[in-house]
Amino acid sequence: MDWNHLLSRQVTQLPRSGIREFFDLVTGSRDIISLGVGEPDFVTPWNVREAAIFSLEKGHTTYTSNYGLEALRRAIADYVQDFFHIGYDPACEILPTVGVSQAIDLALRCLLNPGDEVLYHEPAYVSYAPTVELAFGTATPVETSIDDLFALSPEKLEAAITPQTKVLMLNFPTNPTGSIAPPETLRRIAEICIEHDLFVLTDEIYSELRYDGQEHLSIAAIPGMKERTLLLHGFSKAFAMTGLRLGYACGPRELIDMMVKIHSYTMICPTITSQEAGIEALKNGKDAMLEMRDSYHLRRDYIVKRFNEMGMDCHLPGGAFYTFPSVKRFGLSSRDFSLALLKEQKVAAVPGTAFGACGEGYLRCCYATSFALLEQACDKMARFCDALLKK
Amino acid sequence: MIQDALLKLLEEDARLSDQQLAERLGKMPGEIAEARAQLEKEGRIVGYQTIVNDDTEGVAAFIEVRCTPERGGGFNRLAERIARFSEVKSCYLMSGGYDLLVMLEAKDLMAVARFVSDKLSSMEGVLSTSTHFRLKTYKLNGLLFEETESPDRISVAP
Repeated sequence: MDWNHLLSRQVTQLPRSGIREFFDLVTGSRDIISLGVGEPDFVTPWNVREAAIFSLEKGHTTYTSNYGLEALRRAIADYVQDFFHIGYDPACEILPTVGVSQAIDLALRCLLNPGDEVLYHEPAYVSYAPTVELAFGTATPVETSIDDLFALSPEKLEAAITPQTKVLMLNFPTNPTGSIAPPETLRRIAEICIEHDLFVLTDEIYSELRYDGQEHLSIAAIPGMKERTLLLHGFSKAFAMTGLRLGYACGPRELIDMMVKIHSYTMICPTITSQEAGIEALKNGKDAMLEMRDSYHLRRDYIVKRFNEMGMDCHLPGGAFYTFPSVKRFGLSSRDFSLALLKEQKVAAVPGTAFGACGEGYLRCCYATSFALLEQACDKMARFCDALLKK
Repeated sequence: MIQDALLKLLEEDARLSDQQLAERLGKMPGEIAEARAQLEKEGRIVGYQTIVNDDTEGVAAFIEVRCTPERGGGFNRLAERIARFSEVKSCYLMSGGYDLLVMLEAKDLMAVARFVSDKLSSMEGVLSTSTHFRLKTYKLNGLLFEETESPDRISVAP
């Protein structure tokens, strides 16, 4: 077969995820403590699992409407109203999807013409830029740094805007840095979007997992932004439902309508089992969710303190379940540090560069791992750092 | 505040040292020791025990006891008398069709029968008893006895 001829250039030219190489290495090693995961260490709360089982018992194994179950959309509307203080019409402004990833893909394909530019803040979740490129757009990162605690600087954003810029992608709390944009920064970003007529895709999958005691503010809730924002959220992180693959998009009906068009041709709907589990999570999952959040909170405080004690400068991330400590003082690149840490101490942490070039000098360490394992990982990392500093 | 957080951690794992607790709660070990002592003094921490799966050894019985309340003292004096027997592992005052629920552990059925007939039923104030035997324990103190392992997470994910 002439695969060069057969395969789409669009796909073959797409770079592999920077996390892939690391995944292969870790998968081949034994007795690793991994801080490289990107999902909760909790099992989905039992009442939600039970709702999924009951759904199967009742024989609910059919397609649903392309818009998903009406009861789910109503539950999402109520939840979003309560949590984000934004009202969406469940009849036409909400679309349940197979995770936020699918919603991003749909939205970008609906919004972009070839050559249209999408800005996103880096370090970023690994799939944003490839999804833009698969939709024939141009993905342009706007670097963030420790100086603004990895929240997007409005000045840098404004400087990156060109006549081709159409969409801005936001993700607060951020994977991989755990950063949160302060309200005044978000308001300034909103002004810039209105001034330059940008549409915003805001991935708020970690929004419940905040530890600063502040109420979460979505850019979609800022006056003038709802009509130019698609709010993306889901069940994976806060309700520990990653494998159930359920997310949703809330936004202007004109965009949702086009997204449903693609969705009806390519996906039809998320599994009905997950949709019915999702209704249970939204209606009766809050206590379990808050308990998980409080547990992450304790672990965040612990790991950040340990990292700083061992010489890895680490800011206190406001949300998600990631820390982004600096390894700059050890004189190794992120990749070399990660590889040596894996080889010598059998602890896996993802090099910051997997999330963009400006992640150089940092690691992403996920603390959604049992306290006992976190303690072991920190002890091993402390020995490793100590040995490096003595060299 | 620190006491509530401390109780939550200890309820999950009573073997955590003050040092570990201090690290997890971001406090000094001295503060943990002080808070723990205060909780013990207040009687909120009653003790530290190991949860043993003893389904295969001995027998456990749940005995519903109906009794006559005393003027002035209600059920308390009788309940305390019953609770002092070493065989009695738990004792609760209940609403509903009976008054006290007594959980008993003994080496065999005969030992339970002797306790009920010799000690419990003959006690002044006890009107009747109804004894149920445990067949199998599924969950105790919030812990599932036959917890299936959760599936392994993939070790690196975006």
